[in-house]
Amino acid sequence: MSKPEQFKVHDEPFYQPQRNEVALYEAAYAARLPVMVKGPTGCGKSRFIEYMAWKLGKPLITVACNEDMTASDLVGRYLLEANGTRWLDGPLTTAARIGAICYLDEVVEARQDTTVVIHPLTDHRRTLPLDKKGELIHAHPDFQLVISYNPGYQSLMKDLKQSTKQRFTAFEFDYPEAALEATILVSESGIDATIAAQLVSIGATARRLKGHGLDEGISTRLLVYAATLIKGGVSAVDACRMALVRPITDDRDIRDTLDHAIDATFA
Amino acid sequence: MTTLAGNDDAWPERLAAYRAQLDCRFPQIGEVFEASLLDALSVLSPAGVGAYLDTGRFLGGMGRGVEPVLAFLQEWPSIARILGEEALPAINDTLQLIWKSPNGKAISPFLQTLAAVARRLPERAQMQRYLELTLELMERTSSSIHGIHKTFASPGLPDFFAQAPTLLGSLAIGGLRNWVDYGIRNYANHPERQRAYFRLQLADSRAVFQRERQGTLLVDQQRPLDLYLRALWGDSAQLVPYATAVDPAADSPRTSPALPALPYYDATGIRLPDVLDDAHGISGVDRYRASLAHIAGHRRWSTPLFADNFSPMQRMAIESFEDSRIETLILRRYPGLRRIFLALHPRPVEGACRPATESCLRHRLTMLSRALLDPEHGYQDASLREFVARFAQTMAQGEASSEEIATLALAYVARTRRQSDQLANVHFTDTVIGYRDDNRHLWRFHELSDDEEMFEQPPTTATPEVDRLPPRHYPEWDYQSQSYRPDWVSVYESLHPSGEAATIDRLLEKHTALARRLKRLLDLLRPQDRVRIRYQEDGSELDLDIAIRSLIDFKSGATPDPRINLSHRTNGRNLAVLLLLDLSESLADKVSVGDGEQTVLELSQEAVSLLAWSIEQLGDPLAIAGFHSDTRHDVRYFHLKGYSERWGDPVKGRLAAMQAGYSTRMGAAMRHAAHYLAAQPAEKKLMLILTDGRPSDVDVQDERLLIEDARKAVGELDQQRIFSYCISLDRRADEYVSDIFGGRYAVIDRVDRLPERLPELFMALTR
Ligand SMILES: Nc1ncnc2c1ncn2[C@@H]1O[C@H](COP(=O)(O)OP(=O)(O)OP(=O)(O)O)[C@@H](O)[C@H]1O
Ligand SMILES: [Mg+2]
Repeated sequence: MSKPEQFKVHDEPFYQPQRNEVALYEAAYAARLPVMVKGPTGCGKSRFIEYMAWKLGKPLITVACNEDMTASDLVGRYLLEANGTRWLDGPLTTAARIGAICYLDEVVEARQDTTVVIHPLTDHRRTLPLDKKGELIHAHPDFQLVISYNPGYQSLMKDLKQSTKQRFTAFEFDYPEAALEATILVSESGIDATIAAQLVSIGATARRLKGHGLDEGISTRLLVYAATLIKGGVSAVDACRMALVRPITDDRDIRDTLDHAIDATFA
Repeated sequence: MTTLAGNDDAWPERLAAYRAQLDCRFPQIGEVFEASLLDALSVLSPAGVGAYLDTGRFLGGMGRGVEPVLAFLQEWPSIARILGEEALPAINDTLQLIWKSPNGKAISPFLQTLAAVARRLPERAQMQRYLELTLELMERTSSSIHGIHKTFASPGLPDFFAQAPTLLGSLAIGGLRNWVDYGIRNYANHPERQRAYFRLQLADSRAVFQRERQGTLLVDQQRPLDLYLRALWGDSAQLVPYATAVDPAADSPRTSPALPALPYYDATGIRLPDVLDDAHGISGVDRYRASLAHIAGHRRWSTPLFADNFSPMQRMAIESFEDSRIETLILRRYPGLRRIFLALHPRPVEGACRPATESCLRHRLTMLSRALLDPEHGYQDASLREFVARFAQTMAQGEASSEEIATLALAYVARTRRQSDQLANVHFTDTVIGYRDDNRHLWRFHELSDDEEMFEQPPTTATPEVDRLPPRHYPEWDYQSQSYRPDWVSVYESLHPSGEAATIDRLLEKHTALARRLKRLLDLLRPQDRVRIRYQEDGSELDLDIAIRSLIDFKSGATPDPRINLSHRTNGRNLAVLLLLDLSESLADKVSVGDGEQTVLELSQEAVSLLAWSIEQLGDPLAIAGFHSDTRHDVRYFHLKGYSERWGDPVKGRLAAMQAGYSTRMGAAMRHAAHYLAAQPAEKKLMLILTDGRPSDVDVQDERLLIEDARKAVGELDQQRIFSYCISLDRRADEYVSDIFGGRYAVIDRVDRLPERLPELFMALTR
């Protein structure tokens, strides 16, 4: 079957470890423990999972969760066909069948009833009932469930229930420290180390304003964007305004402060 | 004109004729007459000289002694030089009117400062406005008895004239007018305070003066500058304004030996000028930033030295070298600041100082400082160039230190010393670097006085986080005088401390039934804004109609439309809400609930939680804040939930930690809250105020005052298109609440029902 192949991560993704998370993840995977990755947006959670899938040589199925998502979006549904209807597996079902790592990104975004379907997969049962189809799937031995969530965006409606949380081991991520982050920028975009360090220091200025008008600082992702723009020939100042400042704030004082930091950093 | 009149043979005769025309016998006149007349002849036309002497005669004969005529004779020529002699009639009219009023005593002060005023108002139209303002002030502050005779002189008028040049030094004529107007309105009937006001001795007279000043006011830039300091320097020192007479970068001080006060910092904060104009192409804000960068640099990299070991000149040199070291380090991090520093740093002209007659050390050091900042300084002096190189060498090793740089500075002083450095006549031109601080932090003394002990504290790399941001100032409405007291109230904002989120969950558990009922109500609110989007290939539900149609198409051999699903989109209600909680002492009161007792505080926590939860379901942006006050100097504003925060544990934790204390200065809190709500992009803005008593504070005796101020605040909110609504738990609120909120309030007199009433009220309001 070519399906597992189709979901394999073929080329090594660049991942810059922050600590010993790679080894820890391998241990969790060896025991097939479900994993939760927490951390602010754009700090490398998805990249980490992609990298681990590659390293372990397992297929990876990623589902970006959203508030309109229903259980059948995960599990599967019947489709209309010439001779009636046909069942189509959802991504979670596919992963369980082929033994993939199933990564539910931003799982809190999905409705609560959606998250419940993962429960039987995450305990010793490792099963997935397809109610509509009347089938009970036993997960492939390679199957593992990973969810991500950003604690900054909790709500009563969307917060994970304790009974869900307590089915996972967890990694807590944060933005990498300065030197590492600069390395990441260099590898991701190919800009030179000096500019990378300058971008990282601008990131730091914004992160100091967290709680003083900013909910989150500038993410590594945005820093990569800025670096990419600069590499593409955009002036550093324009790239920073466009990729680092405008997306994150409408607050004039903050915008002016960050713009000033940019002007001050790039002479 | 006849500038050589004095050498004329016929001069004594003509002088006598002029003297006769003046017709004034005060002996003192003789002493100044000839000089003044010569001055007048040099600027006035013959007719103008005639008018000059006529006005002099009038003033001399007016019965007010010699002073007015003396002042006029001496001042008029210089005034005419600025405004033209055509300005005289208008001034004459003013003099006449003052004379006819009981304010004759004010004529001398008026004339004595008129030339200085003219220098600030060199246009005749501006002068005209000044004269009108003068008369208006006189009219409105001269008191009359039974409205018939103006018997009492204006108490403040002479003081006003005396202050006018100072005031105009900072205010435009429009600003002066507003300042005068405020004084009249508030102190027309208090002679003593009126005088104090016009002498700039009252706090509010200074405050209004500040408000009317041109340029960038520190008070207006507090937040951006706090952010700047925090973001770029990780420093959270307090910023404290000091009053400036002269702007340190205004052009004059560069050439004037009257040195402006420089910024500085001490244990209590960073002191900056209260106002800065744009200068040398640098905006006021960037000038503040330049000072802050320099000071933050010192705070990070400077360590104090023992002053006792050095002569004053050595100290001056050390300070200058240290300043350059700090800026070199700053520019390594933020090279873009060089443009600003260069624009603000004076550029002393090589050779401008004459060592034969002047002390040149300041000049030399400033040149060197310029050269260390400006690679294109172009100076030729050999020792300057040598020390630029040695400085670079010292800094090449790393950050160097205050000690190391001091050694270099001492070498420089030794190398360039001149006898004339000791002269009292210091060359000041182009040596004031106004954005730098005065370096008082750099010195410690073996004999420690109390003050200096503060500097004993470890240098500032580890500045303690001051979590209390500097205050925002808000005006307060004084209904008595029908005017605002500007910058009257200080509001300190902070994040509310956190407690146990679980406490709130427990409180909410009691209300599961209520929550269920609310949910039904909420669902009723929602449908209108859930919009069905049909014809979706992917959707959350099958759209049966379309699906069947497709199926039929398909069975009959036609290509079916695959878009057989539908999905929903929430059409935002476009409403932003701010819930403002009164956290004053009375919140601790107990009320009976069912069989037991609960505090109003707990009930509020439940109610607010339910409300927040409800609003969250509706998806309306909601912020929650609390306030209490302990005099106008200390209104505290706590953030409990920010707009972008979801209803979750951090917010619950803060709600759980809510405490009752102090008083209710409602107007200030509303103004501050409005500042956040107004920034929300939503079309409709609702401010809910949950309170349990009347506005009051310990420093206000007059019960009406804060009620009237809150009412005024509601009006201001209306103008910002913020709809305010009060939910009061005070059973006697009817006595005042409608005065404040008009019809937009609800009194909940069974406080135990608050948890259900609050969300219901909200839903009713936004249905
Ligand atoms: N440790 C890292 N190694 C390599 N790249 C990284 C690392 N951390 C962040 N990045 C870069 O940042 C970008 C964003 O990371 P990623 O998409 O993994 O964020 P995320 O944490 O999943 O964010 P979100 O919560 O918004 O989904 C990546 O595309 C990558 O360029
Ligand atoms: Mg991601």
